[in-house]
Amino acid sequence: MSDEKKPVKMVVMQPAVTGSGRMIATLGSVTALCGVLIVAVWQWTLPAIAANKKLVLERGVRALVPDAERVTEYDATVGGITPAKGDPVAGAVRFYAAYDGAGKLQAIAAEGAARGYADVVRVLYGYRPECECIFGIKVVQMKETPGIGDKIITDAAFVANFDNLDVALAPDMKSLFNALKTVKHGSKKFGWEIDAITGATITSKAVGRGINDSVQMLLPRLRPHLEKLEKQEKGEEGREKGQNLGAALHSPFPLHPSPFSSQGASS
Amino acid sequence: MTMSTKQVTNMEQLLEGIWKQNPVFVMVLGMCPTLAVTVSAFNALGMGVATSFVLVFSCGLISLLRKQIPKEVRIATYIVIIATFVTLVDYIIQAVSLALYDALGAFIQLIVVNCIILGRAEAHAAKNPPLPAMVNALGMGIGFTIGLLALGSVREILGAGKLFGITLFGEHFQPWVVMVLPPGGFFVLGGWLLLFAWWARRKNAGPRSPHPNPLPEGEGANVPLRGTSDKRGHHGA
Repeated sequence: MSDEKKPVKMVVMQPAVTGSGRMIATLGSVTALCGVLIVAVWQWTLPAIAANKKLVLERGVRALVPDAERVTEYDATVGGITPAKGDPVAGAVRFYAAYDGAGKLQAIAAEGAARGYADVVRVLYGYRPECECIFGIKVVQMKETPGIGDKIITDAAFVANFDNLDVALAPDMKSLFNALKTVKHGSKKFGWEIDAITGATITSKAVGRGINDSVQMLLPRLRPHLEKLEKQEKGEEGREKGQNLGAALHSPFPLHPSPFSSQGASS
Repeated sequence: MTMSTKQVTNMEQLLEGIWKQNPVFVMVLGMCPTLAVTVSAFNALGMGVATSFVLVFSCGLISLLRKQIPKEVRIATYIVIIATFVTLVDYIIQAVSLALYDALGAFIQLIVVNCIILGRAEAHAAKNPPLPAMVNALGMGIGFTIGLLALGSVREILGAGKLFGITLFGEHFQPWVVMVLPPGGFFVLGGWLLLFAWWARRKNAGPRSPHPNPLPEGEGANVPLRGTSDKRGHHGA
């Protein structure tokens, strides 16, 4: 066997110096092979990942707006609102318009995020233009202390804060008439105040701040262009939807992201 | 005859990681994901399977290329190969379950620097043909998964009253919340290690000394406490 030769060789010429060409060639070819592998798998999983992300998002929006038939993504920039493509552009606020079966705008959903006790708390909130109010929230991601910070999901009194939260704009349409404010438990007086959870003040404030920051950015950009969103052309969205479904069908993975809820992080 | 001996060695290779050299309970390696992601059995299983996948395939590829890789650049090559398979796992988990992906968070990317994998590559895959290397890696992966599951199940049962998301107890169960917090990870790991140490001591009166690098004879015994830093410098070189 070749193994028998090796010890002899090693004694004769002590540390065999590897040529730099061979080192570069080895590293180069291994890296090239790895590059091909990564790109191949990336392309293979891309449709499934996109379908998964869309599904999670639609599920979140549906949990807020039960009668939503279709969800369309938009980006709100200083210049106006544009249909979303790919990742959000810097400075743009991504929001989701939920339409009923007849193509009528039901509600707007968007995400607010702020630093909580352990990590960033991301909350999806629903906004109804008619009442200029937030009508519900859904925690998208959080890693707050179980049993304390996760009361923002389970505490019915806290969740009720967001049943009808006043987010009317000031007359100049540049900011909220009253900024959202998280107040000490039991001292809520006005429609724009959020009653904090005792013992979970930091997390409660993170929810309030995240929503406030997002609303302050989004609404001044959204309100002037609201009529553009009111009615949706069926054909356009239908086509887009069809494409997505096609991509999902070709993907090798099942469409359902998981048998567990999207709050897997907290459990 | 040869077949049967080969089978036995493969079986031994497999069992080494699962039992004799279990990465969690015996070698106590890879503690970062072990403590961090085992808040539930589902997360533990996901992390274990992801790590096993990376282990098996990177050890297989490293073993296949072991004669081509020059000694001088081997660590760089191993890391590139390991990082590649971690990236693949990253995409595949996103495609299979976004919930699991969010739950495991940065710990998927951190598999790259999991010492079990680089340790296996350096200690085993670089010296053995692909099949034994992959079998050994699979054993290590299964052993790691069992370790994670042992922690994850106990922590989920005690900390949330559930197992794999299924509620086990009645309404009167008060979750022992500390168990799903970081300190709980240390408590449960300590408990398991205690159990294993006790079991090993009971099984054979003499300790079976699993540690691969005892101090060289003579040196360890005579080293005066003051001189240890000097001596250690020698060791490391």
